[in-house]
Amino acid sequence: MIRKPSRQLAIDGDLVLKDATKEISRHLDQPTRRAFLQRSLSLGGLSLLSGCSVVDESSVENALMTVSRFNDKVQAWLFDPNRLAPTYPDSMITRPFPFNAYYGEDEIREVDETSYRLEVTGMVADKHAWTLAELRAMPQSDQITRHICVEGWSAIGKWGGVPFADFLRRVGADLSAKYVGFKCADDYYTSIDMPTALHPQTLLTLTYDSQPLPPRYGFPMKLRMPTKLGYKNPKHIQAIFVTNTYPGGYWEDQGYNWFGGS
Amino acid sequence: MANDTDLIHPRWVRLTHWINALAVVVLATSGWRIYDASPFFAFEIPREITLGGWLGGAIQWHFAAMWLLVGNGLIYLARNVISGRLWHKFFPLSPRAFFADLLAALKGSLSHADLSHYNMVQRAAYLFVMVDSVLLVLSGLVLWKSVQFPILRELLGGYEAARREHFLAMAALVAFAAIHLLMVALVPRTLLAMIRGR
Repeated sequence: MIRKPSRQLAIDGDLVLKDATKEISRHLDQPTRRAFLQRSLSLGGLSLLSGCSVVDESSVENALMTVSRFNDKVQAWLFDPNRLAPTYPDSMITRPFPFNAYYGEDEIREVDETSYRLEVTGMVADKHAWTLAELRAMPQSDQITRHICVEGWSAIGKWGGVPFADFLRRVGADLSAKYVGFKCADDYYTSIDMPTALHPQTLLTLTYDSQPLPPRYGFPMKLRMPTKLGYKNPKHIQAIFVTNTYPGGYWEDQGYNWFGGS
Repeated sequence: MANDTDLIHPRWVRLTHWINALAVVVLATSGWRIYDASPFFAFEIPREITLGGWLGGAIQWHFAAMWLLVGNGLIYLARNVISGRLWHKFFPLSPRAFFADLLAALKGSLSHADLSHYNMVQRAAYLFVMVDSVLLVLSGLVLWKSVQFPILRELLGGYEAARREHFLAMAALVAFAAIHLLMVALVPRTLLAMIRGR
């Protein structure tokens, strides 16, 4: 929680510095937004509890991370591949559906449709890059489901696109692989477990509310999973890869639970 | 070494009590930080009294301490039921006697000579906390796994209702804890009894 930013600094100092500056200015603008900076106070509460600050913070963090990985296993065990998230009528759609990302609305990425290609790599038979037209030509389905954010709020939205299980079978993915990873045009990245990737409501989303997915909701494509929290649903997807090597994720590497299921 | 029956609180009651106290403090303070990420009432909890530093940290604390609360709570309830302690310590429960004891407590004339005997106010309060804790766990399960526990989710009125129920059940538990601590301050022998057993 505390040391993650400095570790990133070692990887790419300039980028992180730029991010941090942005983060600080946004934080000053909107003090209620979640803030990276507050991480330095991470164990303030614990110091209160113990009445002193001699607690070894890194060992506490390691212990919490170990429990989080244990919770991943419990969630994988609880996950029923056939259990569907509730669906709702059109009238219950939250309007406007909230925008949410690790950056502000002024930094929404614009992806060019004509030059866009979806890369598919890793444990798949067909590694050709997909155009949007090819994806739109596949059988589509839609859903009105509840998006639950890790922050607690929820909103109901309507997404349409290609069932992800169909897509994975079409590209000849090794369905016994452990992970499917995503890299996005907004530098976000995340990964999910194969059983969730194959869940009938996991959708490679191309539309929102029957219109092409607008940039604010992740044009050209977002992976929608009503069985997982919002941060597990990547937007602006550019590359999909199937792997047995744990790929982590943008928030997950900073301490959010990896499975993130609901 | 005194026999278990000579004790006001047997060892397992004291152990589960203090483990529960620790779990509740961690869960409440980290839960406040989680609430602050997206408050649904017109107030936020002051950051200084929350645990975890940021949302991700608070969630880690919350989802670690939940195992402590649930595991410890199950041991406590199971042992309470199997040993019969639940029935002879907390029952019978009579509304008339409850109000009589409550009045006596407010007038400061309630007897605390025998700490192993719970008066009606104590019985009601401790039973309430047991039920409230079960509600906290169940509503928490709906928040954590709203898709995987559909019956529970519908029973509690859906995900958004469960958020409020979880918060209100927390508020009730915190209110209990405040009164509980006040009572301990008024009759400090009870603290010794919960530490030493007598």
